[in-house]
Amino acid sequence: MDASIAMNDNGSAPNPTLAYALESKYEFLRVLRTPAFAFPTLLFPPMFYLLFGVLLNRGNANAAHYLFATYSVFGVMAPSLFGFGVGVAIERERGWLSLKRVAPMPPGAYLLAKMAMAALFALIIYIVLAIMAATLGGVSLALGQWLLLGAVATCGVLPFCALGLMIGSRANASGAPALVNLIYLPMAFLSGLWMPLNLLPDFIARVAPLWPAYHLAQLALATIGRGDGSAPLPHVAALLGFTAICFAIARRWLARAT
Amino acid sequence: MNQSGETIAQLQGASKRYGDVLALDQVDLDVRRGEVQALLGPNGAGKTTAISLLLGLLRPDAGSAMLFGQSPGSLTARSRLGAMLQTSGVPDTLTVGELVTLFRSYYAQPRTVADCVALAGVGDLLRIRYGRLSGGQQRRVQFALAICGRPQILFLDEPTTGLDLDARETMWKTIRQLVAESCAVVLTTHYLEEAEALADHVSVLARGRIVAAGSVQQVRARVAQRRIRCVSRLSEEAIGTWPEVRSVVRDGERIEIVTDLAETVVRQLLFEDSELSELEVRRAGLAEAFVEITREAA
Repeated sequence: MDASIAMNDNGSAPNPTLAYALESKYEFLRVLRTPAFAFPTLLFPPMFYLLFGVLLNRGNANAAHYLFATYSVFGVMAPSLFGFGVGVAIERERGWLSLKRVAPMPPGAYLLAKMAMAALFALIIYIVLAIMAATLGGVSLALGQWLLLGAVATCGVLPFCALGLMIGSRANASGAPALVNLIYLPMAFLSGLWMPLNLLPDFIARVAPLWPAYHLAQLALATIGRGDGSAPLPHVAALLGFTAICFAIARRWLARAT
Repeated sequence: MNQSGETIAQLQGASKRYGDVLALDQVDLDVRRGEVQALLGPNGAGKTTAISLLLGLLRPDAGSAMLFGQSPGSLTARSRLGAMLQTSGVPDTLTVGELVTLFRSYYAQPRTVADCVALAGVGDLLRIRYGRLSGGQQRRVQFALAICGRPQILFLDEPTTGLDLDARETMWKTIRQLVAESCAVVLTTHYLEEAEALADHVSVLARGRIVAAGSVQQVRARVAQRRIRCVSRLSEEAIGTWPEVRSVVRDGERIEIVTDLAETVVRQLLFEDSELSELEVRRAGLAEAFVEITREAA
């Protein structure tokens, strides 16, 4: 009985591009205005890099390049894991997600906005690290390598967004930050982001391929010619597979949560 | 524009179970264009579950939920509704203006920002972050988000909780205005005067079942009880033995009698006490009717 009414009431469709853009803009502002999130996310990777990659590593060019690449990966992890893991948990639990599901938000805008936010944060962190690396860290790269590593860092948010989304679709708001920290810091260590895996016990190196951060670090290192010689494609496949599995699980969990 | 009577949202024999708890038990509900349907009931009666079924946030285990003739949840259905949920978790760090701008972008022909904030009474709060607002102001901002897309049906889950009297009046006025423009409204409330002031239809829920439904007058009439107050020398013990009397209490020098047959009791009172004074007979308000109906259902 209502088909005709459905047609004539909303003759023109809303402009989805505007909705996507505003959703992303306000997601970025929301996070930027949350100091408990923005400060550690933006400051920790440059601080750690300054301490371990620059101050404690005078003169070793190999280590300087290795650490610049791996700290770029470390900088990618926080905005994606915290933005999704903690953000989704809070918005799911407090009802904001429900309100948006009721409102005619364009499909996908919620996730795309959060991904855009994470990618922008990752890019900002990368730029800060790159400036430090070039001026203080004794890193010298071709222009193409700087840009390509920046692209790897920006696109690298994807698997961590998926992992964060999986956490956020299940964890409660108060427990999510602890849970994310429990994954974030150990994974960085176990993936060789803070020191090369060949300096760590053998079994850590052997299980490292389980962690997405390991594969992203291998890609980052290959980009600046410091890789272990392995082909990039299996790493890309591992990251995409990990992303797909996390998204699939998160979808199931989110469909159940209201 | 007068298409009043057309059903916009409907539950038919809808049931919903959470584990062992039957939250809704074969509920029927009809929401028509240009009408306010109030859902009354104590906490846990199933009001929010009923709204969640109509919004498509939940699916019924049995029976059906329809919105604009389709099952709820589609993008077209959502673009024609507005909702104020009980908990909305609006991010604290965005300003009122940013929130309204964001929600407007979801609709093809939204109200202007000025209209939204004027209708919701938050025009002076545009630059303020949501987290710095009082509870009542936050509620009004949620109302602004609910109406910004010119909805044809508005779901309001306890909309005036935490509002002061002025703000509540403003919201009531806006709701009446929207209804006059043929918007349908589903309203849950604890404030019975809110249902009396706004609702065309009232459905009383208790333990997941509709125990009474109809106009405010019909629901009130479901409870035949009336309250008699008077000053009398008769003792409450004596009155309490009359078969028609449900209860008697003394309140200072006054006696208050609750009965289904007020005329009989008044006749008897005047017969036994010729000096009886200050006689008052009052029909139960919705509040009393509601307490009585839900007690019967329990």
